[in-house]
Amino acid sequence: MSHHIIEFEDVFFRYPDGTEALRGIRFRIIHGESVGIVGANGSGKSTLLQQMNGCLLPTSGTVTIGGISLTRKTRQEIRRKVGVIFQNPDDQLFMPTVFDDVAFGPLNLDLDEACVRERVRRALGTVNGLDLQDKPPHHLSGGQKSSVAIASVIAMEPDILALDEPAANLDSKSRRALILFLKAFKHSKLIASHDLDLILEVCERCIVIGEGRVVADGPSGEILSNRTLLEENSLELPLSLQRG
Amino acid sequence: MTFDTHYFDIGRLDRLSYKNTFVHRLDPRVKVIATMLFLFTVISFPKYEVVGLVPFFLFPALLMAIGEISVRFILRKVLLVSPFAILIGVFNPLLDTQTIAVISGIPISAGVVSFLSILLKFALTVSTALLLIATTSFPGVCHALRRLGLPSLFVSQLLFLYRYIFVLMEEAMRITRARDMRSFGTRGSGIRVFVRLIGTLFVKTVDRAERIYYAMLSRGFKGDIPSLGRTGIKAADLTYLTATVAFLAVFRFYRVTEGIGRLAQGLMQ
Amino acid sequence: MHMADALLSPAVGTALWAGTAAVTGYASKRLKREIDDRMIPLMGVLGAFIFAAQMINFTIPGTGSSGHLAGGMILAILLGSHAAFLVMASVLTVQALFFADGGLLAVGCNIWNMGFYACFLAYPFIYKPLAGSGQKPARILVASLVSAVVALQLGAFSVVLETLLSGKSELPFNTFVLLMQPTHLAIGIVEGFVTAGIINYVRSARPELLECMTMPRPLGASVSLRKILAMFVVLAVITGGVLSWFASTHPDGLEWSIEKVTGKGELPEMAQGIAPVLRRIQEKTAFLPDYNFKPAGNEPKKEAAAQAWPGIEAGTSAAGIIGAAIVLGLILLIGAGIRSFRGRDT
Repeated sequence: MSHHIIEFEDVFFRYPDGTEALRGIRFRIIHGESVGIVGANGSGKSTLLQQMNGCLLPTSGTVTIGGISLTRKTRQEIRRKVGVIFQNPDDQLFMPTVFDDVAFGPLNLDLDEACVRERVRRALGTVNGLDLQDKPPHHLSGGQKSSVAIASVIAMEPDILALDEPAANLDSKSRRALILFLKAFKHSKLIASHDLDLILEVCERCIVIGEGRVVADGPSGEILSNRTLLEENSLELPLSLQRG
Repeated sequence: MTFDTHYFDIGRLDRLSYKNTFVHRLDPRVKVIATMLFLFTVISFPKYEVVGLVPFFLFPALLMAIGEISVRFILRKVLLVSPFAILIGVFNPLLDTQTIAVISGIPISAGVVSFLSILLKFALTVSTALLLIATTSFPGVCHALRRLGLPSLFVSQLLFLYRYIFVLMEEAMRITRARDMRSFGTRGSGIRVFVRLIGTLFVKTVDRAERIYYAMLSRGFKGDIPSLGRTGIKAADLTYLTATVAFLAVFRFYRVTEGIGRLAQGLMQ
Repeated sequence: MHMADALLSPAVGTALWAGTAAVTGYASKRLKREIDDRMIPLMGVLGAFIFAAQMINFTIPGTGSSGHLAGGMILAILLGSHAAFLVMASVLTVQALFFADGGLLAVGCNIWNMGFYACFLAYPFIYKPLAGSGQKPARILVASLVSAVVALQLGAFSVVLETLLSGKSELPFNTFVLLMQPTHLAIGIVEGFVTAGIINYVRSARPELLECMTMPRPLGASVSLRKILAMFVVLAVITGGVLSWFASTHPDGLEWSIEKVTGKGELPEMAQGIAPVLRRIQEKTAFLPDYNFKPAGNEPKKEAAAQAWPGIEAGTSAAGIIGAAIVLGLILLIGAGIRSFRGRDT
């Protein structure tokens, strides 16, 4: 299953304004793994996720996804494999109705109409959003928006999911629904979040990023219970581990 | 009008358009065409026409009744709309003073009649335009425009605009509220503060556009915004269009109002 | 200064609709060829930005009254002529739909008045040469001021022409011009200041935005600022002179031509379509002469009035008013009837 492997090798990235966001990231994720990415604000988490499907290309180093090295040319191909869900659902949902939005990806894959409709139905069904089809995104609640954002990405049937702060602004019930969905998604996934409890529950592995470098990489249970490591990176123990 | 009333008015109009009545279910193309024909017919009446315009109120009245749109809401919006037409029209009675009729001993000048005509046309065109959007979802209107031949790039502009109006208005509202809370009286509402405020909003907007662009790329955007074909024209749509055309033709070319008036006079006798 | 449907004649409305549609088509075609994909969401979101920005009021210094942004100039500077025109067109269309600002027929006029001049005249021919490379705040200020004023003056003047050519208003050309131009001079100056302020703000806060967002386009010819200003002074003197000469020799300006257009345009149709039917109805239903209506016999211009207005001769007015009352009553009844019927239904 080589096509589901994600590999970052000495990835550096500098923004046009000179900010050095990534300074030699290196890790390898195998098929079916779910990995949490944690770190302080501005540590480079979001930048890292944007490398996953070529919105940004590394200044140096290589990103390999499913055996294909990410370049300007292979971007389109890689985008079919990796679905990225961005932090703010208002930016993710750019079409005027939920149906149009979820259909956007499948339509770009040049599927025929029946197939597109079927994909939209299935994707919205997965997130319990079938009755939202005809609504415009600005009539949705925060939880509904994030569900639809997920549906819009899984309608493309990606092999890998990358999520940036998926639980931000969600109420407890929506957050629970999200966790259940993530646990059920069987392919590889990468989740960048400050919600360490969510990471602890969903991901078996966790990578800590600090100042553009990998600070720690290991089983979530170990890393997320290491108080000093977390505090050095402006984080604190997950609530579920604080009681003991 | 303050920012908040604008904001909530658009929101309300937008919500109305997602109702599910006979009028709302009609094909957007048919509604766009009917509305344009209606507007064109109304403004094609000559300067001094008053009586002939009256029956045309049946059109918005029917739309409001069948589409379950609050009459008071539309009326309020008509009254609040930019008063340019009235501002210009109000000069007519002052400038065109030639007496044209005497009703119960009161002389009526041509200017009064033409002003009245402008007022009626104003009420008719504004209410019908508002009712189009109150009975048709905006994306529906856009799809109609695209299929009626408007450039797809322009239509996708409209769609993006609609999608982000609400998001940006909320952002602008937060910013103005923060300004108003900290500016006592007029000190904070001057041009200097306004410019910084708009500048901030602008920078945020450009950043947002960048994020949207990434989200689009992530879902295979290749420069075109694809859309699925909507449902075709149904019998009800054709009936509606035919009825509208017949209605417009009858009341444009036959002076029905005066006929009814004469009939009534006759009956009274 | 939104032009309104109620003031328009079909001919003027259609002409400007056609003109605007043509420019929109042209701009879309050009953009489709040259545009960077990135611009598509950017244009859409900036439309929403202008829309939101227009709703924020500010106090105009020294007057206490409040103004808001029109936005044509700033869009042109940020996006270039073609993209800015499309964005302006979409903003005005949405305003026509949601606020009924202007109206759906007048939207052609409004896009023309507020979009075309700013994007296709003021920006390429005034702003670009004046602002030069766009590095000095002072040049940006001068360029914004001059181009915003010119764009708004042209827009206001078009409103005057469109209204007068439509022939629904009695305002004489001179009065109308005096009403519109000075007001829009003030608005233009404010717009210029605000535009320059925003550009300069963005330039100091996020200089890279101004560079990467605009499409590659040829730089304006680098003419010295002084030369251009001198040219403008000369132009202003000439136009001012010509206009005042025109105003003094033709006291009623364009009115004569407009009367000709409207007076004749609508007569034949009225006579054909309505008059005979009317007479027939009159014959059948008029049991009583219109006793409370006196023809305006003493007016010297009676002939002209009757000619311009055959629909309501004194004789038919009574019936008209009674008819109108009945029709309105009927409309109300029908509306209320449907409503209560549906109310019971659900």
